[in-house]
Amino acid sequence: MSNSPTSAQVEQPAIRVHGLEKSFKQVKVLRGVDIDVARGSIFALLGSNGAGKTTVVRILATLLRADGGTARVAGFDVATQAADVRNSISLTGQFAAVDEILTGRENLVLVARLRHLREPGAIADDLLGRFSLTEAGTRRVGTYSGGMRRRLDIAMSLIGNPPVIFLDEPTTGLDPEARIEVWQAVKELARGGTTVLLTTQYLDEAEQLADRIAILHEGRIIVNGTLDELKQLLPPAEIEYVEKQPTLEDVFLTLVGAKTEKEQR
Amino acid sequence: MNKHFVGDTTVLLGRSLRHIARSPDTIITTAVMPIAFMLLFVYVFGGAIETGSDSYVNYLLPGILLITIASGISYTAFRLFLDMQGGIFERFQSMPIARSSVLWAHVLTSLVANVISLVVIVLVALLMGFRTGAGVLGWLAVAGILLLFTLALTWIAVIPGLTAQSVDGASAFSYPLVFLPFVSSAFVPTASMPGPVRAFAEHQPVTAIVNAIRDLFAQEPVGSGIWTALAWCVGILVVAYLFANLTYRRKIS
Repeated sequence: MSNSPTSAQVEQPAIRVHGLEKSFKQVKVLRGVDIDVARGSIFALLGSNGAGKTTVVRILATLLRADGGTARVAGFDVATQAADVRNSISLTGQFAAVDEILTGRENLVLVARLRHLREPGAIADDLLGRFSLTEAGTRRVGTYSGGMRRRLDIAMSLIGNPPVIFLDEPTTGLDPEARIEVWQAVKELARGGTTVLLTTQYLDEAEQLADRIAILHEGRIIVNGTLDELKQLLPPAEIEYVEKQPTLEDVFLTLVGAKTEKEQR
Repeated sequence: MNKHFVGDTTVLLGRSLRHIARSPDTIITTAVMPIAFMLLFVYVFGGAIETGSDSYVNYLLPGILLITIASGISYTAFRLFLDMQGGIFERFQSMPIARSSVLWAHVLTSLVANVISLVVIVLVALLMGFRTGAGVLGWLAVAGILLLFTLALTWIAVIPGLTAQSVDGASAFSYPLVFLPFVSSAFVPTASMPGPVRAFAEHQPVTAIVNAIRDLFAQEPVGSGIWTALAWCVGILVVAYLFANLTYRRKIS
C-alpha cells in the first residue's frame, strides 16, 4: 500500500525463500529451506506429517518469525515489511478459517470489510455464485458440509484478489467429490494469474495441480522440479501390460456422479 | 496507531455482537446465577443477617452486580479461546488489519454484554423491592464504577482466552473472581468476621467497590472510599491491560 512495487519487485519471483531456519525449543524444524516460486504458478510443498510444511507457510504469512534466513513474498520481506506482505497474501489454513455462527454471506462481507474494499455485499454475492454457494449463502456456516466449508474458506481467501495465496493442506479431511471441487477452484485461481503455494501430503494432489513440486524432508528441500523432472530421478519406466481396473475412486465417483451434477445445477 | 484501527474494531465488534444476538443464552446464563443468589439471600438467609440497613435487598445489590460482572467476563475468555482454536484468528492476523482491533472488539463486546446483564439484574432487584433515592449523578457514578470494573476484569479474561489449552481452562479462572465477593462486605458486614478474615475482607477490592456503590445508592457521603474503589479498578485495569497485551504480542510474533 505504502510501498508501490518497483520494477525489480515485479520481475522477482512471487516467493523467494533462502536459508530459512526455525526451531521450536530443542527441535530444529527447518534447517535451511530454499524455494523460489514463479509468478502465476502453482507450487506444491510435499512432505509427511511434521515435516515443517505448516511452519514454512506460517512464516511466509507473517504469523511466525524465522530464526534465520530470508523470505520475500511479492517482493516484500516478511520480517521487516510484514504489513505489505499481509496486503499481498491470503492464507487458508489447515482448519477452515470460517465463522460458524455467521452465514456464508456474512463471512464474505466480514473479510471484504476488513480488507477495506468498497461494496462488500456485491463482492460476497459474486463469490457465492462462483463457488456454487448462492443458495447456502443465507445459512449459518455451522450447518455446512466439510466441502462447502472449504469452498467458502477459499472464497474468503480470494477477496481483494491478493497476488499470492497460501493453501495449507486444502483437502485434508475432505471426501473425493469435495477434493475435486477444491482442485477446480485452485486451477481457476492460477489461470487468473494468482501465485499459489500449497502444502499437501497427497501425492496425487501435487500431480494434479502443481507446476513445480518440492519435497520437504527433515527440515530441508531434498528435491525441487516439475513432475517430469521428478519422474526422471527414477529409472525409466518399464512397459508392462496391465488390465486397466477402475480404482475405487472411479467407482465411487461414477456411482455418486449423477447426484453431484444435479446439485451443481 | 494504525489508521484502520477504528474501522476494523467496528467491523469485528459487529461480528461479536452478532454472536451474542444469536446465542442469547450467554446473557441468560450470566444473569441466572446472580438472580439465584439474590433470591436465596433475600428470601432465605437474609432474615438472619443483621446489616444495620432496613432493606436487605438494598444492602445486597452492589455485591450481586459485581458477581454478575465476574461471571459475565468468562464468556469473553470463552469466545476469544474459540477464535484461537478455529483458524479465524490466524486469518485475521494474516490480513492487513490493525492487529489490536481483534482484542478490542472482544473487550467492547464484553462491555455491551455485561451492561445488558446488569440492567436485567437491576430490574429483577426492583421487582424484589430494591429502592434508591439516587439521582442522575448518583446513577452515573454507579454506572461509571461498574463499567470500569467490567473493563478491568475483561482485560484479565483476555489472558486465559489467549493462553488456555481447553475450553474449561479458558473459563475456570472466573471462579475465584465470583467467589471473592463472599469474603467481603457484599453479603454481611465485615465487623462480624473473625480477625484475619476480616482483615482480608476489609482490604480487598470488592469491599471498597461494594461500599462505594452502596453509599451512592443510599445517597450517603462516599468520602474517601470512592477513591479507594476507583484506585482498585484503575490499578487492576492497568496491570491486566499490560499483561494481556504482552501475552498477545508473544502469541502473534
